[in-house]
Amino acid sequence: MRDTAVHSIVVERLMPHTPEKIWRALTTSQLIAEWLMENDFEAVEGHRFTFRAKPVPGWSGVTNCVVLKVEPPHLLSYSWGDGSESDSGLKTVVTWTLTATDAGTLVRMEQSGFRAEDDAGYRGMGAGWPRILERLESIAARQHS
Amino acid sequence: MPAAANKVFAALADPTRRAIFERLARNGELTVRALTDKAGVSQPAVSKHLGVLKLAGLVHDRHQGRQTHYSVRPKGLAPLADWLHFYAAFWEDRLDHLEDLLKRMDQ
Repeated sequence: MRDTAVHSIVVERLMPHTPEKIWRALTTSQLIAEWLMENDFEAVEGHRFTFRAKPVPGWSGVTNCVVLKVEPPHLLSYSWGDGSESDSGLKTVVTWTLTATDAGTLVRMEQSGFRAEDDAGYRGMGAGWPRILERLESIAARQHS
Repeated sequence: MPAAANKVFAALADPTRRAIFERLARNGELTVRALTDKAGVSQPAVSKHLGVLKLAGLVHDRHQGRQTHYSVRPKGLAPLADWLHFYAAFWEDRLDHLEDLLKRMDQ
């Protein structure tokens, strides 16, 4: 795992399988259920679906999602959470990118957070966030020293 | 999902609040009046935004005379770090399962 930006989580793995096979695992509802969560996913842009996990206190276990992009077998993205899951719920976007390599496929998962109500806000946060954290880290460092 | 992270994200989702927070992060301690000068909104609006940031644990206030001074609470961002760690671990675990599944699947 590595973070390319502070406002997102990126996980990359090289898998010894073809992009087509991995694409099936990422986009077939029954297969998704085997490795991720129960769902009613369909690989259709605009399709609304849910991931269902075991409920925990404060969370129903449901994540509301919308399919954003489907470009087989290379790019898949869906929104993750619509803000209704809790009082001030979080909206994020999960993007899968599959790149064929000699050894198989480089699988990249990025979950980017802090989607504001509009795109302008999102861009603003994307640009502003790393700066904010840098400042805070230096402030924290000063306080500790 | 760590519940407290939602408050932090919600507080920072508003562009004006984010700008106020960023100014505090950049400048250290500022009064409501100093923040209002460049915020482009009224002082009551700035005070309201500061109230939301305070509830989210992102800023700290200090009263001195008739002025209230605000500064960032670096620890306020801990829920965000928790969120990052939570989902980083979540995806690593899920991808382990994905790889197990791929081994079982036909070409």
